[in-house]
Amino acid sequence: MTAFAPAEPALVNATRFRAAHAADWERLEALVTRIEKRSIRALDDEELLALPLLYRTTLSSLSVARETSLDRSLIAYLEQLSTRAYFQIYGVPTSAWRQLGHFFARGWPEAVQALWRETIVAALLGVAGTIVGYLLVRSDPGWFFGIVGDDMAGGRDPSASAEALRKTLYDGGQSMLATFATSLFTHNAQIAIFAFALGFAFAVPTLMLLVYNGLMLGAMLAVFVPRGLGVGFTGWLFIHGTTELFAITIAGAAGMRIGTAIAFPGRDTRIDAATRAGRSAAVAMGGTVMMLAVAGLLEGIGRQTVLADGPRYAIGTAMLVGWLSYFYFPRRRHALAAPH
Amino acid sequence: MRWLRRTRPSGPRSMTRSFVTPEGVDLRLELASAGNRAAAFILDGVLIVVTLIAATFLVMLLLAATRGRAEILLILWLLGSFVLRNGWFTLFELGGRGATPGKRIIGLRVVARDGARLTGGAVVARNAMREIEVFLPLSFLGYQSAQGAVDGFITLFALAWSGIFLFFPLFNRDRLRVGDLIAGTWVVRNEKRGLGDDLAAGIGRQRRIFSDAALDLYGIYELQALEDVLRGRKEDAVAAVAAAIRTKAGLADDGDDYGFLQDYYAALCVRLERGLLVGRRRADKYASA
Repeated sequence: MTAFAPAEPALVNATRFRAAHAADWERLEALVTRIEKRSIRALDDEELLALPLLYRTTLSSLSVARETSLDRSLIAYLEQLSTRAYFQIYGVPTSAWRQLGHFFARGWPEAVQALWRETIVAALLGVAGTIVGYLLVRSDPGWFFGIVGDDMAGGRDPSASAEALRKTLYDGGQSMLATFATSLFTHNAQIAIFAFALGFAFAVPTLMLLVYNGLMLGAMLAVFVPRGLGVGFTGWLFIHGTTELFAITIAGAAGMRIGTAIAFPGRDTRIDAATRAGRSAAVAMGGTVMMLAVAGLLEGIGRQTVLADGPRYAIGTAMLVGWLSYFYFPRRRHALAAPH
Repeated sequence: MRWLRRTRPSGPRSMTRSFVTPEGVDLRLELASAGNRAAAFILDGVLIVVTLIAATFLVMLLLAATRGRAEILLILWLLGSFVLRNGWFTLFELGGRGATPGKRIIGLRVVARDGARLTGGAVVARNAMREIEVFLPLSFLGYQSAQGAVDGFITLFALAWSGIFLFFPLFNRDRLRVGDLIAGTWVVRNEKRGLGDDLAAGIGRQRRIFSDAALDLYGIYELQALEDVLRGRKEDAVAAVAAAIRTKAGLADDGDDYGFLQDYYAALCVRLERGLLVGRRRADKYASA
C-alpha cells in the first residue's frame, strides 16, 4: 500500500532556486525582449544599469542549475535566456550611423590600403589585357567580334565610319539620363560583387574577369585610335572610367585577397586566413558599390551633358586624384588599433 | 594523407557547440541544421520575390496613372530591386536580431564564430558570396533558356557549380556555407522558450511516499524522460508510464496516474539531487545506484 506524506513543498533544488531567482530571470527576459523588438534605446537609464547585473545573475543561475538541478526545462530556459542576453550585450553591432561614420572615416580607406598589393596586380592585369586587346584587333580586325559582343559594341566596330564613331562620342542623348545612370550603376555594382565572390575559387575567375575587361577596352581603343579619335574616346571613357575602373580593380583585388588567403594561408589555419581576408576585403568591396554609384552618375548624366574633351579630362582627373588621396593619404594610426 | 585515416566518432554528431562567455560560462549553442537553413532561405526567397512583384505592379499602376512620364518611379524600381537582391540579407542581419525575416520565423540567428560583435564586413562578406552560390547559376540558367537553346553540357555545368556551393554546408561539421567560412560566422538556433511549470512544487495535497528500492530503479535519463511525459500531458503516455513504473516497483494502482507520476517525479528528483550533492551522478538506470 502506498503511504502518503503531509502536503509540504518537496525539497527539490529547482523549486527553491526558482523561488529565489525567478523574478530576476523574468525581468531580464522582459528587457531582452524589448531590446530585440525595438532597440537598446527602448530602455531607460535604470534598466540599462540593471541589464548587465541581471545578465550575470542569470549566467550564474545557469551554472548552479547545471550542477545541482535535474529540471531540464529550467536549464533549457536559462540557456536560451543567457544566450539571448549575451548577444544583446556583446554581439550586437554598434548603431548604423556610428558604423557608417567609421566606415567612411577609417574602415574603408584602411581596407583598401591593406589591399595595395592586390590592387597593383589587378591594375597591371587590366593594363596588360588592354594592350593585348589593342594589338590583337590592330593586327586582325576579326578579333574584335570575338572579344566585344555585338550588343555591347552597338555598331562601334572596325567597319564603322569615322563620322559614325565621332557621333557616338559627342552625341549626348538627352532623355532619361537619370534612369540610364541608375541602370549603369546597378549593372556595374552587380559585377563588382560578382568579381569579389568569384575570388573564392582561388582568385582565378576574378583574374580572368579583370583581363577580359582590359581586352574589351583595348579592342575598343583599336577601333577609335586609327581614326584619329583616340583622344576623344579616352576623354569619353575618362570622365567616369577613372572611378569605375578603379572600383572594379578594387573589387577584383578584394576577390584576389580571398583566393590567395585560401590558397596560401601562411602561418594561420586556412579557415582563419580566409576569415581575416574575407572580412577586410568585404569592407573594401562594399565601398566600391558606392564608388560605382558615383561612376554611374558621371557616366549617365555627366558624360551626356559635358560634351567637350577638356572638361571630360578635367573631371576624370579630379576624380582620380580625389580617390587616390582619400584611400592612400597617410592617416594617423589609432592609438588603440591592433598592430596588424 | 591524414584525412583518409581519420576515424569517425561513433554515434550521431552533436550539433551543440561549446561557446564560453567572458564570464566563463559555456552557453552550449545549438547550430542550425541544414534543413532549417534551407527552409529559412526559401522563406526569404519567397518574401523577396513577392515584394518585388508587388513593387513592380505598384510602379506599373503609377506609370499608367502618370502616362509613363514619372522617370523617378523607374529609378526607384531599379534601385529598389538592386537593394532587394543585394541588401535584403545584409541589412536585416546587421540589425539587432542578426536575422532575416526567414531566419526569424524559423528561429535562427547569425553569430560570429569567435563570439565578438557581428561586424559590417562579416555580414557583407557572407552575403556577397550568395552571388556565386545561388544567383549566378540561376541567372546563368535563365540566360540560357532565354536564348532558347539550353546546351545540355552548360546546364550540367551550372548545376554542378551551384551544387558544390549549395551543398557545401552538408560537407562540414559546422554547417558552414561558403559565405560563413569567409565571414567567420555561423548560424545558431535562437528560440524563445518560456520557463515551464515547476513539476516538483508544492501541490496542496498529500504526497505519496516511495521506498528506497522503488526510487533506486531509475537514473537521470529516465527522470528527464518522465519530465517530458509530465509536461506533454498525453493521457495514454501518462497511463503507460505509470503502469510501467508501478509494475517495476511492485506498487498498487490507486487510479490517479498523473498524481502518481508527479509524486514519483518529485521523490526521484530529490533523491537524485541528493546524490549530486555528494558527487554521485547516476546517469541512467544502468548505472549503479
